[in-house]
Amino acid sequence: MNAPLFRLQGVTRRYGSRQVLAIDHLEIRQNEILALVGPSGAGKSTLLRLLNFLEPPTQGTICFRGVEIGPERRPSLDLRRRVTTVFQRPVLLRRTVYKNVYYGLQLRGWRDREEHIGEVLEQVGLTDLAQAQARTLSGGEAQRVALARAMVLQPDVLLMDEPTANLDPYNVGLIERIVTRLNREVGITLVLVTHNIFQARRLAHRVALLLEGRIVEVADAHDFFEHPQDPRTAAFVRGEMVY
Amino acid sequence: MWLSLQVSGVALLLSTVIGIPLGALLGLTRFVGRRLVIAVMYTGMGFPPVVVGLFVYLMLSRSGPLGSLGLEAIPDLFTPAAMILAQTIIAFPLVAGFTMAAVMGVDPDLRLQVLSLGATPWQTIMAILSEARTGVIVSVVAGFGGVISEVGAVMLVGGNIEHSTRVLTTAIVLETRKGNFDLAIALGIILLSLSFAANLAMLRLQGSSLNQ
Repeated sequence: MNAPLFRLQGVTRRYGSRQVLAIDHLEIRQNEILALVGPSGAGKSTLLRLLNFLEPPTQGTICFRGVEIGPERRPSLDLRRRVTTVFQRPVLLRRTVYKNVYYGLQLRGWRDREEHIGEVLEQVGLTDLAQAQARTLSGGEAQRVALARAMVLQPDVLLMDEPTANLDPYNVGLIERIVTRLNREVGITLVLVTHNIFQARRLAHRVALLLEGRIVEVADAHDFFEHPQDPRTAAFVRGEMVY
Repeated sequence: MWLSLQVSGVALLLSTVIGIPLGALLGLTRFVGRRLVIAVMYTGMGFPPVVVGLFVYLMLSRSGPLGSLGLEAIPDLFTPAAMILAQTIIAFPLVAGFTMAAVMGVDPDLRLQVLSLGATPWQTIMAILSEARTGVIVSVVAGFGGVISEVGAVMLVGGNIEHSTRVLTTAIVLETRKGNFDLAIALGIILLSLSFAANLAMLRLQGSSLNQ
């Protein structure tokens, strides 16, 4: 535990002339839950897209499992497939729940892992809806399908972008329990973007505050909330506006 | 009847092979000149078939730019191959245009989410086309409608030669002119039945996606 899985060095991301991310240094440790908190527009989702190799950094390097990825150095397909994301608003395929969960395995040609689908559906409480059309599900059920289709791939890193925003307390609780179990029992590293500091406190081992694309402070969850080093972190933890 | 099916079938196949990738390209990518290509494609969607026939006729005639080359690969006028060429030019903008619209109607976040699940760029395109399948099949239906009912272009480039280039539509025109209304109506019923059967088959391809 605690060996760095990701190491970001001098990473920036620009869209045209607008710089949305500038991270001097960040490490994400193996088997940890790192919560990224900060106001809207702080660059949290952009950082997740970079970590999932969905877009390249404008400058700098992202070192993942010892492989350096940069503006000109794209990751191999195999490396890219070790990371996946659960998005805030899941877009499911126009297929049954079962086929949505099977989709990622199908992409990899992993037909032998199909037997795991039943297990995963049971874990997310969707066994009875396996043959339902995914587009007919409620928001909470759809998010659990999104979680299941990521879980069945057994990624090294699971990125979660506001996975419980707009969900009812039952679904929030269920997803939090699954996420905790995935980390503790399966050993999956989790990076969780959340607006909810209580959720960050409940789940994360470490917490990072992002403001205007920069990391203000990264610390163990207890220190982050109880002994923040930066006055902006202290203000954020107190629920004050830190824009 | 068989010639009608062969000519329209091959033309539709070619239109699909050209039109679906072109529609997907226009719907999914952004490049310099894309708007111009779309404008040309839209014009092609509304092109009068007889003008396409005239264009193909002039190109393929012995003194035309293609016909004068005398190449093996270029079809002669008054052959089924010339009719297929004209019908392909009529149908592929329809297939491409409707495919582009269908692809653009797919939730734009799907692309990122499919990539995040580990799809290659090719697998991503296939996933988007699969999500847009109702519209993509409509594009093929529109292309089929454009070619099976077409008369002006095939008359011009095919010449309506008996046992060679006479198809159902040109036969209907001929029989009507000769006053053989019974035969013309019978041919019309066959044409409509063919169209209905082909569209039923395509509806089957759309499957349950129509109900979602």
